[in-house]
Amino acid sequence: MIVQILQYIAGGLILIGSLFSLLAAVGILRLPDLYTRMHAVSKAGTMGAGLMFIAIAVVSFEGAVILRALAGFVFLFLTMPVSAHLLARSSLMAGYKPSSMTDIKDLDVNELEE
Amino acid sequence: MNFALVSVVLALIWVMITANTSELNLLLGWLIGLAALWFIRDRIVAPRFFEKLRRIMGLTLLFFYELTLSAFRVAILVITPNMKKHLKPGIIAFPLKAKSDSEITLLANLITLTPGTLSVDVSRNREVLYIHALSVDDKEELIKSIAKGFEKKIIEVFA
Repeated sequence: MIVQILQYIAGGLILIGSLFSLLAAVGILRLPDLYTRMHAVSKAGTMGAGLMFIAIAVVSFEGAVILRALAGFVFLFLTMPVSAHLLARSSLMAGYKPSSMTDIKDLDVNELEE
Repeated sequence: MNFALVSVVLALIWVMITANTSELNLLLGWLIGLAALWFIRDRIVAPRFFEKLRRIMGLTLLFFYELTLSAFRVAILVITPNMKKHLKPGIIAFPLKAKSDSEITLLANLITLTPGTLSVDVSRNREVLYIHALSVDDKEELIKSIAKGFEKKIIEVFA
């Protein structure tokens, strides 16, 4: 009984997770520039992959697998913002301008580190 | 006395006396060790440990709440038909109160995973964090909410 309930929960998590991943991909297609696209990838994408890790932890019934899934989850959440930040920063350094609708009055390019 | 270290030692003792080296048993032992330490917390001079643990837990919960919220917001934004109308991207300068490297790193990471904001860069003198926001309606309001939310909590944890 409990096994079945957990399997349904895991199925639901995987479904929701893949939905978020799909929407992250749609975001890459529809948003205007790299900076706004990184929003979709770093948030909806992380959420999607994270939910799948949790789903694995729920159905595995094995200590080692659960721990590894949780470790994967934690590392995903540690590394995703760093890569999003690095991409945004390096494209700013390379002189890739945000889309024309972006308000960049506050940005002082001279203050940025080389 | 270092509570973190003692709790790990207690966990190892638990593993020894239960003769079960599985990870889950180690975790259980650690939790029991923490509970035992919690009962004698007033007798031993290490008052900041539980306060700190509570703050770290608070920060973690806040983080997951904000992340869920932001994932939903981005997902909804992406499927709205006239998306461009709701977009008002901008780069704002956030004056940093946090000074140490680890504080700034943690804050930048948390900002990236919260609704509508993405940290882009830190200024050379480490006084300003540049944040890209998806829809800037009120700059002051956004700056205030980060300073009062994440930044305050992070400074508390590291204090």
